[in-house]
Amino acid sequence: MSQLRVEASTALCLLQDAGRFGVRHLGVTQGGALDWVAMRWANWLLGNALDSAVVEIALGGFSVVAEQDCVLALAGADLDAQVDGQAVAPWTSFNLGKGQRLTLRQPRQGVRAYLAVPGGFVGESVLGSCSTVVREELGGLDGQGRALVKGEVLHAAGAIAGQIGAPNRRSHVPEALRPVYAEKPVLDLVMGAQIGDFGGTSLFEAFNRDWTLDSRADRMGIRLLGPQLVYQGAPMISEGIPLGAVQVPPDGQPIVLLNDRQTIGGYPRLGALTPLALAQLAQCMPGTAVRFRAVVQDEAWREQQAYLSRWG
Amino acid sequence: MTPRIEVVAIDSLMVRLFDTIDEGNMPWILAASQRLRDAFGQQLIDLVPSYTTLMVQFDLAPGEARQRILQALEGLRPDAGQAGRRHEIPVWYHASVGPELPVLAARAGMSEAEVIRLHCARDYPVFALGFAPGFGFMGLVDERLATPRLSTPRKRVAAGSVGIAERQTAAYPAVSPGGWNLIGRTPVRLFDREREGYSLLQPGDRVRFVAVERSEFINLGGDDSPLEAQA
Repeated sequence: MSQLRVEASTALCLLQDAGRFGVRHLGVTQGGALDWVAMRWANWLLGNALDSAVVEIALGGFSVVAEQDCVLALAGADLDAQVDGQAVAPWTSFNLGKGQRLTLRQPRQGVRAYLAVPGGFVGESVLGSCSTVVREELGGLDGQGRALVKGEVLHAAGAIAGQIGAPNRRSHVPEALRPVYAEKPVLDLVMGAQIGDFGGTSLFEAFNRDWTLDSRADRMGIRLLGPQLVYQGAPMISEGIPLGAVQVPPDGQPIVLLNDRQTIGGYPRLGALTPLALAQLAQCMPGTAVRFRAVVQDEAWREQQAYLSRWG
Repeated sequence: MTPRIEVVAIDSLMVRLFDTIDEGNMPWILAASQRLRDAFGQQLIDLVPSYTTLMVQFDLAPGEARQRILQALEGLRPDAGQAGRRHEIPVWYHASVGPELPVLAARAGMSEAEVIRLHCARDYPVFALGFAPGFGFMGLVDERLATPRLSTPRKRVAAGSVGIAERQTAAYPAVSPGGWNLIGRTPVRLFDREREGYSLLQPGDRVRFVAVERSEFINLGGDDSPLEAQA
């Protein structure tokens, strides 16, 4: 049965879940929601498994019309969402009646919003995930890695017309638990093995100067502009690249590698951002200034475990 | 052998086994790979072998993961050769689908036939997969075939294109941009989501290229459309 019809979309409106795992040795990238925290809250609002498929909407320009009564949830960026002209607050679940239109217009705070339906959106699972990776032609509604387009129909895996307030349905994410989108985020960076091969001045600057997000940014990576970092170690042989790696090519300007990154590469790295830092970064517009804070692996791991406990 | 273990991310460690690229590395990397898969079981998220390293991503406290890696690799011996598979990959070597074939021949001062003979003359280990799903970095080709990447990469390289970059060789699984010197094309599907294991090539496999005529290339399902024309 038809449930939500896409009325407007862009190349940045993508079906996503947690991504593909166990396939990196085949050259297959991870994919998945860039802001995994917001994805989880959107699913939490509807009592879904936290990694259920959602629509990632970057910068707005997305609209759907309900073909039957629906309950939906939104988390992440404030993209000026409206139901038939009435504002919808982010971090809430809400009803979209048959014939009503949900529109996400433009960013007011943050970059990426996540739209959830009961049970998650139905997509074609490819290599264990329906995450859309356009470059690899994997995932999405039909498995071919395409962004959502006008006229397509989205289906929920669960009963779509549940009532807000019913068991497992939550009206909103408690204020105290919502992430804060800081004006100048401080991003935790787990120090990696090559960190000692950058010059002393470079290391000081890496952690004490502002880094500005370049407009050259996509789901593979985000370039940062700032002082030129100088790597003094030996040339590297290509090796696996983790999520969040902060690599430094010869021009000395770091690139943060994201979910759709290449799986191996040979540039030296300062280390890798933590998952929480990546969720913050996913909500930063080009031009935003960020800072790095050096953390060690064990401490970052413990913090991550503590953070995950909020979902039980 | 005592591998070095390095921090790469919150949930990942790099196991560094070697410092240089060598065909002799692969039996060790395969053996280490198998031991790590056994040792981590369900707590292994991903394992990415490359020329000299294995990146281990785990669902486990990093301290415990480090201990588990050390234990798993104690007394490591190279794989005796059962693990990797050997593939014969047919290639139609021709300038119409491999525009750098004449270029390589001219550079090396030899005939195109000799370039083809040298490219088919040895088994190449698959060092790593990367760049795109199913794209295997292989080598090393005869030194006389070593050629730097194109100074300007092509925007579109046809699926199945076989190329050389420095002393490495590879085949493109799908249409993509690419800067390798193209010398021919294979009809073989290198990445197929319906196939068990998805990718024809796995790290540590060995590949022998076999020259075929155009007619056989077509019979095997090859697409001989010129480079820029193929969708």
